[in-house]
Amino acid sequence: MAAHLPVRPPSLKQRALAVTRRLGLTGRGGVILGPYAWLVLFFLVPFLIVLKISVAEPAVGIPPFTKLIEWVDGGLDLKIRFSGFQALFEDDLYILAYLNSLKIAFVSTLCCLLIGYPMAYAIATAPEKRRGPLLMLIILPFWTSFLIRVYAWMSILKDEGLLNNLLLSLGIIHEPLKILYTDWAVYIGITYSYLPFMILPLYATLEKLDHTLLEAAADLGARPWKAFLTITLPLSLPGIIAGSLLVFIPAVGEFVIPSLLGGSDTLMIGRELWNLFFNSRDWPSASAVAIALLAFLVGPIMIFQHFQGRDQDKGAA
Amino acid sequence: MSDAPDLRPRPAPKNPIGKSQAAPLEPWRDPNAKPYVQIEKVVKRFGDFTAVDNVSLSIYRGEFFSLLGGSGSGKTTLLRMLAGFETPTEGRIFIDGVDMAGIPPYDRPVNMMFQSYALFPHMTVENNVAFGLRQDGVPKDEIRARVAEMLEMVKLTPFAKRKPHQLSGGQRQRVALARSLVKKPKLLLLDEPLGALDKRLREQTQFELVNIQEKLGVTFVVVTHDQEEAMTMSSRIAVMDHGHIAQVGTPTEIYEYPNSRFTAEFIGSVNMFEGHVVESEADHSLIRSAEAGCDLYVTHAAHLPEGSRCWVAIRPEKVSITKDKPAELVEGRNVTRGVVREIAYLGDVSIYQIDLPSGKRVRATAPNVTRRTELPITWDDEVWLCWRPFAGVVLTD
Repeated sequence: MAAHLPVRPPSLKQRALAVTRRLGLTGRGGVILGPYAWLVLFFLVPFLIVLKISVAEPAVGIPPFTKLIEWVDGGLDLKIRFSGFQALFEDDLYILAYLNSLKIAFVSTLCCLLIGYPMAYAIATAPEKRRGPLLMLIILPFWTSFLIRVYAWMSILKDEGLLNNLLLSLGIIHEPLKILYTDWAVYIGITYSYLPFMILPLYATLEKLDHTLLEAAADLGARPWKAFLTITLPLSLPGIIAGSLLVFIPAVGEFVIPSLLGGSDTLMIGRELWNLFFNSRDWPSASAVAIALLAFLVGPIMIFQHFQGRDQDKGAA
Repeated sequence: MSDAPDLRPRPAPKNPIGKSQAAPLEPWRDPNAKPYVQIEKVVKRFGDFTAVDNVSLSIYRGEFFSLLGGSGSGKTTLLRMLAGFETPTEGRIFIDGVDMAGIPPYDRPVNMMFQSYALFPHMTVENNVAFGLRQDGVPKDEIRARVAEMLEMVKLTPFAKRKPHQLSGGQRQRVALARSLVKKPKLLLLDEPLGALDKRLREQTQFELVNIQEKLGVTFVVVTHDQEEAMTMSSRIAVMDHGHIAQVGTPTEIYEYPNSRFTAEFIGSVNMFEGHVVESEADHSLIRSAEAGCDLYVTHAAHLPEGSRCWVAIRPEKVSITKDKPAELVEGRNVTRGVVREIAYLGDVSIYQIDLPSGKRVRATAPNVTRRTELPITWDDEVWLCWRPFAGVVLTD
């Protein structure tokens, strides 16, 4: 029989590995753990808190809402109230604000697409040397504070602002246009602020587009415009969808731009939310508005992305 | 048309695959024939780089014309100028008598099959093929019929509803072919049509391509870097080198009568002996070569003054290799001795590499006629090499 070999005790590293393995933690799991922890901590937990507040009742005090679970007369009292959500349906202000937000976000997204597509196309088809600097120009405004840029628009759009002065001096108009504090200013502001989010994903898809496909189309008799419609546009659809979602989603809940550039009658859900929280101090109603907004957006977007994902699977080479 | 029969020697049929066609054979020999594609002194420069340098070519209706050359020889640029994707810097291109200057690709009577196939990834096979017809506003019923016919021809009918990424390389190649042929172009340009296929599929597809070309009577201009492919399929080949045309001719002409060292070495393998002209007569030339270790007697006029430097090209299969001294020869003419250094047995033939006393390595191929040669030639054997007077070609550059 073979002699007993001395068994070396496992090293610290081996023991550490064994522990992590028992916890189901592999290298790959470890990498994913970081983002997950981040999402749970800074997205899921706050969301649950907001959800909890939305089913409370407003109360005078700090915090200004009732507790979810309370110790009353030797028993646990679970208190769920839907008064916040009820208000959403009773007061058509909120419905209107939602609809108006969707409208403003939709129009702004469309404007971003109409302006952004030609820009992205021009950058993608520019000589390779020039693409870097051009992209830089698109990103450059981010280096200035967002608020300052919105304030700058105020001075451009106001009655005696840059735009009106220019148009007046050119004789195109004879009295100043009322732009600031109207929906127009909100459209301009949102389109301007979110344009880079449209251009960047569009550029990414257009830049990858195989140029020989357009040559093939031309060879088969397609005029440039027809080739664009039948080849370039359908193949850049993933970029259009990504860009539109990146603009549309934040635009719906936008608060700063409508409150600075919009008029008192510019109804947007972000502003109503702010009013509820800070003016009415009705936290449960404000939370209900936020939850409803999320539900409104998440549903359609998930359906959209499901279909898009399926399409991309089919289109992938 | 000249009615007198052409009595010039024509050693092999124009197309080795055995093409029989109604179009007059070898229209390029007929001085009255009108070329379908005429390229006149075309130059194309990209900045400082001259991709195509003063090329003139005439291509006739029904030809299977190959542009053969290595990478950077300008063959693809020339093809792209025919398609209209590049504009010549100088010179003119006529297709069917019409000057193509300023005519965009979508208005040319030409279709192209791209090297990468350039299939539209978001369209089914059917829609890819129908694309060209849709641009011309062909009625729907006719589109359906012609697409079906085309898919039938390339044997892709069961795959009509698939997208390109669901097809194999060979199937994609056939979709590209169908798409480029569906508009019945008079001239089809093919950029490395078989480049992406593996060897077996390539050989099979060569025959298919030739059959289709014959059936439809389309003029094909093919760009290829594969000399075997060009030899198998073409009616004529233009060998290109650094933007120039080195030689234009039938595969036989190019192989048997190369006009330069470049062509001789580019097509197949060749033994090149440097020497100088000793005798230059109308019916023969004699070249003395220290490299070969003998005089080279060639039965064609070199048109060179005596004493001038030249090269004699001899194909390996024309060099016979024997262990015994060959009979019927003039001592010191077209016969030399060497030692076998390498043997490659390929089954049908064997390739021998023989070192001459001058240090020159000679390549000779011999068919393996018998199953076991009586006196097999093996490594380090001293052998005799000889060749017939017609075997050599005298070249000057």
